[in-house]
Amino acid sequence: MIEIEHVTKRYGEKVAVDDLSFSVKPGIVTGFLGPNGAGKSTTMRVILGLDRPNSGRATVNGKAYRDLPAPLHEIGALLEARAIHTGRSAYNHLLAMAQTHGIGRRRVDEVIELVGLTDVARKRAGGFSLGMGQRLGIASALLGDPATLILDEPANGLDPEGIRWIRNLLKGLAAEGRTVFLSSHLMAEMAQTAEHLIVIGRGRLIADTTVAEVVSQASHGASVMVRTPGAGELREALLGDGVRITSVERDLLEVSGLTSAEVGAVAARRGIVLHELVPQMASLEQAFMRLTGDSVEYHTELLAGEQLETVGEAA
Amino acid sequence: MSAIASAEQRPLRSTSQTQRGRVTQLGVLRSEWTKLWSLRSTRWSLLAAFVSMAGLGPLIAAVQMGRWLQMSPGDRLTYDSINIGVGGYHLAQLAIGVLGVLVISGEYSTGMIRSSLMAAPTRLPVLLAKIVVFAAVTFTLMLIASLISFFAVQAIVTQHHVQHAIGDPGALRTVIGTSLYMTGLGVLCVGLGALLRNTAGGITAFVALLFVLPGISAILPSSLDHSISKYLPLNAGTTVATHQFDNPYHLGVWGGFALFCGYALLAVALGAVTLLRRDA
Ligand SMILES: Nc1ncnc2c1ncn2[C@@H]1O[C@H](COP(=O)(O)OP(=O)(O)OP(=O)(O)O)[C@@H](O)[C@H]1O
Ligand SMILES: [Mg+2]
Repeated sequence: MIEIEHVTKRYGEKVAVDDLSFSVKPGIVTGFLGPNGAGKSTTMRVILGLDRPNSGRATVNGKAYRDLPAPLHEIGALLEARAIHTGRSAYNHLLAMAQTHGIGRRRVDEVIELVGLTDVARKRAGGFSLGMGQRLGIASALLGDPATLILDEPANGLDPEGIRWIRNLLKGLAAEGRTVFLSSHLMAEMAQTAEHLIVIGRGRLIADTTVAEVVSQASHGASVMVRTPGAGELREALLGDGVRITSVERDLLEVSGLTSAEVGAVAARRGIVLHELVPQMASLEQAFMRLTGDSVEYHTELLAGEQLETVGEAA
Repeated sequence: MSAIASAEQRPLRSTSQTQRGRVTQLGVLRSEWTKLWSLRSTRWSLLAAFVSMAGLGPLIAAVQMGRWLQMSPGDRLTYDSINIGVGGYHLAQLAIGVLGVLVISGEYSTGMIRSSLMAAPTRLPVLLAKIVVFAAVTFTLMLIASLISFFAVQAIVTQHHVQHAIGDPGALRTVIGTSLYMTGLGVLCVGLGALLRNTAGGITAFVALLFVLPGISAILPSSLDHSISKYLPLNAGTTVATHQFDNPYHLGVWGGFALFCGYALLAVALGAVTLLRRDA
């Protein structure tokens, strides 16, 4: 259980976290979402006792991180910035961490194998790729076999294979009943792994909700794309209360207010041939944008026709 | 990376049966010991310090013996083979000082400090462990190296009969005192590293305090220089590493060293406050 109570953190004039309160429930994966600069990493550093809040407090299992007698056994963390000496081997890094808590070498070997770094464990961490660095960070987090994990953008810089690995790892952690607090700006990524969501923007709480809730809100007002040679006929057949239809192309309609099943049924009754019938979930990214729209710290001017690619950058 | 895919389905739980301990000062000491020796840069710096400490004295002695007849009678009369025996510290102190700064500034520059502080969140045990480990290693290595240097120098200068035995007055004190000075210097520099949290800044402060201050003092009017210079860290600290002084403007052997320890403690105290107060 992680609790944040009225935490405010300023860096000089800049308010990074602003009177933020929420709690991370035990036993589930909670996503921590917000645009760049929202204060996610800052909040996590406050929880971990690395940054001291100007006011308010953060506790882990009822205690300030500083007062935990064996922090690595209670909470494991993967920070955003690397927290490893580049000149030291992965093995020695983990060994040094383990020794503080009297954790044995066997567990060190175990976590190295777990994250798949056995072959490079004796090499300098400075030579590691971004993905290997993330794996080593996760090994450190798992070292004390903690019931709670804080992961700041664990998929950061990973290739698709690595992202799949992280996803499976998170599923495994959740299946074991661990508490996972996970930050990201990728809503789609969150929807696959998280159950609960904390959304912040400009350091303030925007939403404390479930993923299911956001998904259902997102699909509300969703539409169906229909490609058919009988576009005109179908259009007339579908029109009714609360139904909006736009012609996207000569043979392509966007229908809102009806489900794809309803559209399909109408077409079948009229004997209209359909070439495509695609339900358009208002994407989770769009839902996320709507949630955080007013609180985006760094707006990007999009050129006409340019697309925001969020998933593509991982490839 | 095909090895990775196979790791996916393993249980994440620890299979070790060992009970869950807590963070202890002893554990943090072990951790710092591992950290110190697991960096190539540290091992090289310690080797450099050892070789300079053990080798520079004998080298100088050998050169002097070769030019013995060209030396002035006065120089020959006051030749102090004990001072030459520990002369290596002039070089070794650079390596020890830089390494002392790096022991902690290296953690800030790489981000390692965050891992260290997450494992030991009360923070002071980390600084204490760094100091204890580095001081113990420095003292031991410097003592061995000074002894090697001392005996090698005495063997070399026997040819002109200016050798000393380790039992001669002040000889053992100078040898041990050299290791003490180096240890105090190491601690001072760990303190500077913790205070400034930055390698370049820490090394600059170390060089400025130890070597630039005496230079500035020397260009002051000499009456002022004579009353100030003995209190400067380098001059206060090296009293204990000196057998015979070449000028009368110095503090007592142990008084000087005590003052130097005071400077080191001050640096450590400021470093500790910084470590506790500032965000990592
Ligand atoms: N150490 C620091 N010194 C000064 N400003 C900081 C510091 N850390 C964070 N900030 C500022 O605080 C704000 C919140 O930053 P933070 O890194 O917590 O955001 P974030 O939600 O993690 O963003 P991202 O998604 O880009 O990782 C930003 O405006 C950032 O510039
Ligand atoms: Mg961040």
